Amino acid sequence: MDMTNLYRHIIMDHYKNPRHKGLKGYKQNHLRNPSCGDDITIEANIEDKVLKEINHEGTGCSICCSSASIMSELLTGKSVEEAKAIIEDYYHLIKGEPLVNEDILEDALAYQGVSQFPARIKCATISWKALEELIGENIE
Amino acid sequence: MDVNKIKALFPMYTKHPDLIYLDSSATSLKPQYVLDKMNEYYSDYGVNIHRGVYNLSYIATDKYDEARQNIASFLNADFQEIVFTKNVTEALNKAALMFSEFLSPGDEVITTELEHHSSMLPWQVISKNKKLKLTYLPLTKEGRITVENFKKIITNKTRIIALTYVSNTMGYMTDIKEITKIAHEHNIVVIVDAAQAVPHLKIDVKDLDCDFLAFSGHKMFGPTGIGVLYGKKALLKKLTPIDFGGDMNENVDLYDVEIKDIPYRFEAGTPPIAEAIGLSAAVDFIKSIGYENIHMHEIALLNYAHAKLKQVKGITVYNWTSDIGLINFNIDNVHPHDAATLFDKNNIAIRAGHHCAQLVSKLLKCNGTLRASFYIYNDRNDVDAFVRTIEETVSFFSQF
Repeated sequence: MDMTNLYRHIIMDHYKNPRHKGLKGYKQNHLRNPSCGDDITIEANIEDKVLKEINHEGTGCSICCSSASIMSELLTGKSVEEAKAIIEDYYHLIKGEPLVNEDILEDALAYQGVSQFPARIKCATISWKALEELIGENIE
Repeated sequence: MDVNKIKALFPMYTKHPDLIYLDSSATSLKPQYVLDKMNEYYSDYGVNIHRGVYNLSYIATDKYDEARQNIASFLNADFQEIVFTKNVTEALNKAALMFSEFLSPGDEVITTELEHHSSMLPWQVISKNKKLKLTYLPLTKEGRITVENFKKIITNKTRIIALTYVSNTMGYMTDIKEITKIAHEHNIVVIVDAAQAVPHLKIDVKDLDCDFLAFSGHKMFGPTGIGVLYGKKALLKKLTPIDFGGDMNENVDLYDVEIKDIPYRFEAGTPPIAEAIGLSAAVDFIKSIGYENIHMHEIALLNYAHAKLKQVKGITVYNWTSDIGLINFNIDNVHPHDAATLFDKNNIAIRAGHHCAQLVSKLLKCNGTLRASFYIYNDRNDVDAFVRTIEETVSFFSQF
């Protein structure tokens, strides 16, 4: 198994130089994976069914932290409906399932390799789950 | 010790011939002998105990009692002092909950930051509920529990010390005998988490003189689903059971129940019969190998690994002075979970994370660690592969 399938340069770049890092006090969701120590807070400013701003804060492995950064960048500016479709396809990607729309994942496609490492699926999805829950709450 | 002969006793190696198993502190592999003894119960006399008046039930009851006696003798305890539980966690929780009946607000409980969560958390919660004072014994710089530091924090209110015999993260052994001696001079009850001790060293509860001692079967070649709570006879007799139901009583009336004697009063319902028989088989297996051989083998591997690791740059080992074959370490600037994936790729099973002892991670000021642990089926080839993978991991992540 080739490790560079999992650890792409773009992933390690977002790990070492995270974008959208630091919380500003918007509505937040905090998720933890106590078995490995991933601890992530995602916040989103949702106005008129648009994700105006997404930020993250926390600690964890490179897959977990980088995916928070890439997700924040990718989904900022997207409508709730668009974000939901991207999140769905991201989960398909992580599980190695066919995608609904190949064009919407952009940089998040770098996580394609995760499907070969089932033990890392939780790392790659914890930030996305946190945002998915935030969006859900907002709609309710 | 001929490790190839030992490996042949463990069917996991038949199914996974390339497995490099360095996670025995989480759970040990199981020898065929233990599996056979459990199968024998299910296939030859697999009926309930203490109930039927038919011959098979009599045989099953007999084997279950034999298992308890075998485990009791192994620890130099009496038959009545061995309570079966589902694991060490249940054993420690039961001991804490049952004994807490005798504690009042203001009483003090001592535990340590070296503990597995199952040793300290029950007391953290009980202390809150019963307004007890929870005190952490100050560890040495190295992270050890010492008699001296124990002496320093005893007050006339101290009633309990709950502590680990062998640390699951650092591999340090505690001087339980001396701590117990001092504790008893102050009427302090000693509760020992021996989960990581029983797989590695001979335990004599009469010699240690501790009041309670608990462990799981699955870390010592036995099955999952069974643990042991040892308690001194006089103490156990004072405790009120937590679980009520079948098999633990002698006479049931509308408004009253007469409970059985110890240990049965603490084992309501159908117990893990096959697992008790399996644990007893595991005890026989350990005896056939011998603790001295186990210890010599794992320390030889540890020394061999240490010598190699001293040559590797870019890693931090936290427990160079471990008393068992356990290495707690990190690869510098690489999260333990990232490192673990490279080990996984090379068929090496190690543990990554907090090891159910988050207080230790906080002490070491890191987000978890990697842990490799050796047992009798490991050899120098395993250590070589382990060190090679460390080097590979250091080099792989240095490219980013």
